[in-house]
Amino acid sequence: MRVVVQSERFDAGALLDGFGAGAGAVVTFTGLVRGDGGLVALDIEHYPGMTERALTSHAQAAMDRFGLADVLIVHRHGHLPVGEPIMMVATAARHRRAAFDAADFLMDWLKSRAPFWKREIGRGGPGAWVAARAEDETALGRWG
Amino acid sequence: MTLDVLYFAWLRERIGAPRERIETAAATVAELVAELVRRDDRHAAALSDLDAVRVAVDQQLAGLDTPLAGAREIAFFPPMTGG
Repeated sequence: MRVVVQSERFDAGALLDGFGAGAGAVVTFTGLVRGDGGLVALDIEHYPGMTERALTSHAQAAMDRFGLADVLIVHRHGHLPVGEPIMMVATAARHRRAAFDAADFLMDWLKSRAPFWKREIGRGGPGAWVAARAEDETALGRWG
Repeated sequence: MTLDVLYFAWLRERIGAPRERIETAAATVAELVAELVRRDDRHAAALSDLDAVRVAVDQQLAGLDTPLAGAREIAFFPPMTGG
């Protein structure tokens, strides 16, 4: 199990080399900065200390709940231009269903419980803080 | 007791500082919020709509009724937007 919080860009391919070896199924999800409405970048702030603790405890919860062989969570902070990867999760399990479900579970949790905050940067400079979405909260509720 | 109070995102901007160290006798998060709101207009503005504010006590998500006995670090922030 591994949790990484960093500002630097990450190489998903390198991180996945050897990940889940022997497990049977690996699922990955990568979130990118989407260039909506003239967006130039996102500035992502986080709560150092709490972020690592919360991600680690939730990675462990996913391991236990879905019987995973391994979990990887990488999440960036700082200034991220459009097109750059923001974060990734990878799950390894014996069979694909547990790996898919665990990745979904981790993403629903990250969206509304991981202490990150995003600010939109447009061509004219800093814009609005990204608001939490009710549908993300609803999605998290699916898991009980 | 002495508490480190941290602010993130737009709460930090409204307060005008990322953190402050305060002396308080507040027994709960709600009592601490009431004390902070009475301090000045910046705190009052930042903490005016508690539906839009989340709180952590010693880096664990908490509620307004969470007791502060033994706590060292309280953080106020908007709803989280990770992922």
